[in-house]
Amino acid sequence: MIPVDYYIILSAILFVIGVLGVLIRRNALIIFMSIELMLNAANLAIVAFGSVIKSFDGQIFVFFVIAVAAAEVAVGLALIVEIFKSKRSIDVDQMSSLKG
Amino acid sequence: MHLSETANTGFLFLAPWLVFFPVIGLLINGIFGGRLSERMVGAVASLASGAAFVVSLLLFVTVSGSHGEAMRWHLAEWIHIGELSLDWTFRVDSLSTTMMLVVSGVGTLIHIYAIGYMHEDVRFKSDPGRFRRFFVFLNLFIAAMMILVSGDSYLMLFVGWEGVGLCSFLLIGFWYEMDTLARPSWANSDAAKKAFIANRVGDFGFLIAGFLMFFAFGSFQFDAVFAKAHEVPHEMIIAITLFMLIGVAGKSAQIPLYVWLPDAMAGPTPVSALIHAATMVTAGVYLITRSAPLYSVVHEAQNIVALVGAITALFAATIAVGQYDIKKVLAYSTISQLGFMVAAVGMGAYVAGMFHLVTHAFFKALLFLSAGSVILGVERGHHHAAHAHASPLSQRERARARESKGKKKEERHDAHDDHASAEHHEAFDPGDMRNMGGLRKTMPVTFWLYMIGTIALAGLPPFAGFWSKDEILLDASHHSQTIYWLLTVAAFFTAFYMGRQIWMVFFGEARHEAAAHAEESPKVMTVPLMILAALSILGGALNLPFEGFHNLGHWLEYTIGEVEALGLDMQVAGVSTVLALIAILISWLLYGRNPMKQGQVDPLKKGLGPIFTGMENKWYVDELYHAIIVTPFNKISYFLADVIDWRFWHDWFHEKVIAGTYNWISFIGLNEYADQKGIDAIANGLGVWTQNFSATLRKVQNGFVRSYALSVLLGVVLILGYLVLK
Repeated sequence: MIPVDYYIILSAILFVIGVLGVLIRRNALIIFMSIELMLNAANLAIVAFGSVIKSFDGQIFVFFVIAVAAAEVAVGLALIVEIFKSKRSIDVDQMSSLKG
Repeated sequence: MHLSETANTGFLFLAPWLVFFPVIGLLINGIFGGRLSERMVGAVASLASGAAFVVSLLLFVTVSGSHGEAMRWHLAEWIHIGELSLDWTFRVDSLSTTMMLVVSGVGTLIHIYAIGYMHEDVRFKSDPGRFRRFFVFLNLFIAAMMILVSGDSYLMLFVGWEGVGLCSFLLIGFWYEMDTLARPSWANSDAAKKAFIANRVGDFGFLIAGFLMFFAFGSFQFDAVFAKAHEVPHEMIIAITLFMLIGVAGKSAQIPLYVWLPDAMAGPTPVSALIHAATMVTAGVYLITRSAPLYSVVHEAQNIVALVGAITALFAATIAVGQYDIKKVLAYSTISQLGFMVAAVGMGAYVAGMFHLVTHAFFKALLFLSAGSVILGVERGHHHAAHAHASPLSQRERARARESKGKKKEERHDAHDDHASAEHHEAFDPGDMRNMGGLRKTMPVTFWLYMIGTIALAGLPPFAGFWSKDEILLDASHHSQTIYWLLTVAAFFTAFYMGRQIWMVFFGEARHEAAAHAEESPKVMTVPLMILAALSILGGALNLPFEGFHNLGHWLEYTIGEVEALGLDMQVAGVSTVLALIAILISWLLYGRNPMKQGQVDPLKKGLGPIFTGMENKWYVDELYHAIIVTPFNKISYFLADVIDWRFWHDWFHEKVIAGTYNWISFIGLNEYADQKGIDAIANGLGVWTQNFSATLRKVQNGFVRSYALSVLLGVVLILGYLVLK
């Protein structure tokens, strides 16, 4: 059986990639995908811990996370479409009209 | 509801209506009276008072049906603080129903009489608009008096006590901007203030008695107080009863506070009859009778009360001999008779005191109202005389005066309208007995009524006054010879000054053309007088000194406990009757045999000289009070106002110290350096600094989504780092 450390390391790598993607990329779609990456990194860690303590709670919890993530994707993509309609761009740096 | 234990409470539920009926009457007259005719206003007020009388009768029936049991009717909650709990509770027992019957019965008759009296009075004094106001005040008085006599605690009694004092003030000063002869003057309002202030002194004593009572007994409720009368220290009860006596001296016009009552005659005559003779001034007698369980514990206080009453009785009777004003004689007579009552209740003869209170209410109301009838009759005669003898010049003057008085006072329904201006009165006093004489022929009805009142007051059998006065004298003869002789001499003077008044007013020849032309009063005035006259004749039947006839005594026994029923003592009765007859004989020798001529000096003055001058000038008591109280008081007031308040506080302290210091501080503080360069700079600097600081902070909000995301990440790392490394 593969030790749980490996899953956690993979989860951490995925999470860091997601964080870097959110911070570095300017394309809203890419940022969105990076967020999904972070979510799934978290899901992976939860399922791994769940199997260690021999409990289904982790897997059930992950189902809920996936469902919520799907809803979030639907809302987020709709926002991006609307932003594109008005600005003809999905570069997040151009969305700075709330600058102080 | 705190109902008494007796099953049959009868008409007890009507008790609050004693107060509600007069209040309804005064509200109707106060709000709609302007649209009602005079007759309607008078009828509403009389009906309100009459309804209170009917309620009193029903309550009387209820109490006698339940064998004199004291009953209470709880109306509303009033004061509930800590240990003290007081409610608006009406107490209906034999004593309070007696007072209710007198107040509402005599009050109703006087209301009816006042319809006729005020009808003419407001015209002689050229202000018909006041007719309504008079009846509003009169109903207010009945309501307040009912609270006084039906209250179940000293505090509720005090509410009524102050209420009747207020009504007395309002009605004495009813013609506040003129004197009794309708000349512009503050004499009447001064009289009202005098009455109010003298009563204030008395009420102060009553208040202290109330405080002490609460301190000693912890309650104001009658039964609760009386139940503890034997537990409380003797000295405390002496203090309470004596302070209460000060209140009694104020309200019931006893030495030393009686001086307001003669001046109170400035009010319209029905007021003098109702408030200052029959009802309000007897409140003090009622208070002592009500407090009988307290007074009977302390004989020292009782003796002082009796002595005050007896001295007042004699003192006032001597002053009455020297008076010329028909109402002033009766006023001093009232003080004197109140002295009899106070002396009686002071001796513990509560039944005799209450008996005299009731009969005195009848015959003194009769005398006052008859005197009002005489005054109006003479006034009418004066108008006729002036009309008949008017020269063209004076007619023109009158017309001019009438115009200048304004047309708004045009009367609608009165025969005297033509003469309703004031200048007739200027040199003529219709109340001065020296202007009267021979009215027996011109005013026969009033004459006979006055005779009945006089005989009742002088104490000749079998009229009411004889029985009640004799009972007091009999009690006095058993109690103390000093008081007995003081009262007997006072009774002698009573008969004398009443005889003098009768001879001067009704016999001989008219000493003024006004008296020669005097006219009888209308029926609305004389009919109530006839009822009062009947009561003055028959009132003695309430408590005859024969076995089986002590009705009032047995009736009051329910409230004040066992009473010793006295028989008729021929010696006491004989002495007082013979003395009264001698007094009337002397008065006939002096005033009746040779009637006074116009401008003649009083025959008594020749005989008595300076003594009569003293009586005439009320023994200079007013002057004495003026010298020892009013003048020093004015001087102190002047000193306080001028020196302390104005010169010290205003001129020196406010102007020099406070304003000066302030100016000095301003001079130092509010210059260019301290103000503009100091305080202003601080305020402006704070604003500039805030602006700069916010400009710096604003740069953080750069609008880039990714920088916000970085901030969130850093925040999460910081918090997690803290939690992990903690």
